[in-house]
Amino acid sequence: MSRIEKITPAPLLSVRNLSKRYGSRIGCTDVSFDLWPGEVLGIVGESGSGKSTLLSCLAGHLAPDGGEVVFATVNGPQDTLRMSEPDRRRLARTDWAFVHQNPRDGLRMGVTAGGNVGERLMAVGTRNYGSIRDAATDWLGRVEIDANRIDDRPSAFSGGMQQRLQIARNLVTGPRLVFMDEPTGGLDVSVQARLLDLLRGLVREMGLSAIIVTHDLAVVRLLADRLMVMKSGHVVEQGLTDQVLDDPQHPYTQLLVSSVLQV
Amino acid sequence: MIEIENLSKSFTLHNQGGAVIPVMQGANLRVDAGECAALVGASGAGKSTLMRMIWGNYLAQTGSIRVGGVDLVTAAPRDILALRRETLGYVSQFLRVVPRVSTVDVVAEPLLTLGTPRPDARARAEALLARLNIPKRLWSLSPTTFSGGEQQRVNIARGFIHPYPALLLDEPTASLDAANREVVLSLIEEAKARGAAIIGIFHDEAARARLCDRLIDVTGFTPKAAA
Repeated sequence: MSRIEKITPAPLLSVRNLSKRYGSRIGCTDVSFDLWPGEVLGIVGESGSGKSTLLSCLAGHLAPDGGEVVFATVNGPQDTLRMSEPDRRRLARTDWAFVHQNPRDGLRMGVTAGGNVGERLMAVGTRNYGSIRDAATDWLGRVEIDANRIDDRPSAFSGGMQQRLQIARNLVTGPRLVFMDEPTGGLDVSVQARLLDLLRGLVREMGLSAIIVTHDLAVVRLLADRLMVMKSGHVVEQGLTDQVLDDPQHPYTQLLVSSVLQV
Repeated sequence: MIEIENLSKSFTLHNQGGAVIPVMQGANLRVDAGECAALVGASGAGKSTLMRMIWGNYLAQTGSIRVGGVDLVTAAPRDILALRRETLGYVSQFLRVVPRVSTVDVVAEPLLTLGTPRPDARARAEALLARLNIPKRLWSLSPTTFSGGEQQRVNIARGFIHPYPALLLDEPTASLDAANREVVLSLIEEAKARGAAIIGIFHDEAARARLCDRLIDVTGFTPKAAA
C-alpha cells in the first residue's frame, strides 16, 4: 500500500545468520534482518555489545566468519561476502557509503573541502573539472557549508562542519545505502540537532536507506524507522522504533530505556 | 475502518522481579468511516494504552487490531509505517520533533513524506497554522520553545494536514482557549464529514457531546483483579 512498496517489492539488503568471533569471544552472532528501500534502521546497545562489529561486517570492512549479506545491486541480488574484491570496492564507491564517527577517518585532511567531495566523483569516472567543482559547491551548500570555504582544508573546520563535509563526500555519488557509525557522537547538542535535521531531509529526498549505529536513544527515536537492540553480540529485540522504546519486551531493553536521564 | 477483537495486553517488568501486570482483556470495538467514538473511563483504566496499541507502539498479547485492512498485532514494521504515512493519523499530547526545524516544516513533514512537492506542502501547512491562530512570526521558529497551547496546535496541524481515513486524538482540546478550541472542534467535524473514522480521548465533556456518536467505556476491558 505504500508508494515505495509499489516501486520496489524486494528488500535492499538481506542479512542472514551473520556471525563474527574474535577468537573465543563473540563479536556478533546469528544476526538476520531485511532492510527495505527508504528505511532507516537504528542499532543500539552499550559499548562492546557488538554493534560496531556488525556494522563493519555489513559494510565489508571486516570479514565475518559466516552468513550472508545480500544486496540488491543493479544486476540483481548478490551476496556481497562472496563478491570479488574489485566488485565490492566498486560497490563501496557507488551504491554504498560509510560515515565514520570521527570525520578524520572518513576525510582526507590534507585535501581541500572541494577536493574531498570531488574525489569520490572522480573515483566513479567523472573527469570534467568544471562539473566536479559545481557538484562540490552544490553539496557544500546542501550540508550548509559556505561556498567560500571550498578551498579550505578540513583541518580548518569545526567538528560539526567536518562531519557535514564527510556526509557530503559520501552522498555526492548518490548512494542507495549509507552506513553510519555514531554520526552525531562527539558533537555538541545544538550541532547534533542540525545534523539530524539534515540527515532526515536527505533520507527523504534521496530515498536513501541507512543503518545507523548509536548509543543515543534520543537520536534513534528521531531518525530511525526500526530499531535493533544488541547485547553481548546478540540481537535481543527488534521492531518499530517507538514500539521498542515505549513498550520494550526484553529485560535488557527495559533496563536501557529506563536508564535514560530525562531532561 | 477500525476494528478490534479480543484484544489483551499485559506488561512484564523484568527488572522489578518479573512482575506481570495485566492491563487489558477481551477488548472489542468497531468504528466505521465517518464515526467518532470517545474512549471513557477513570484515569488508569487503559484509554491511553488502547490508543497506543492502535497506533502500534504498544504490543498486544492476543487479538487483532485492524485499521484499513492492516492488522497491527501481526503486521511487519514497514506495513505499520506505511499505514501511519497514508491511513492512520495521531494527535498526541506531546510534541516530539528535531530541535531547530521550523514550525512550518514540522507541520508540512507528513505531506513531504508522501511525496507532495515542498511549495505545496508548505502552503498547506501555512494555511492550517493561520487557521489555528499561530502567529505568522512564529512559523519560521522551532516549536520546541512554544507554549503548551501553541505546541498542541502544531501537533493538531500535523495530524490534520493529510486527510487520514483514520484518526486518533489524545485530548485535542486540553490546553486551548475558547476560540482555538472552536477551530479544533470544527477541524474534527470536517474530518468526520469527509468520512474519517475517529477515536478520541476527551476530558472536555462538551466537546465529547458535540463530536462523538458513541462512548466506549474501557473499564469493561480492564482485567478483574485476582482477589
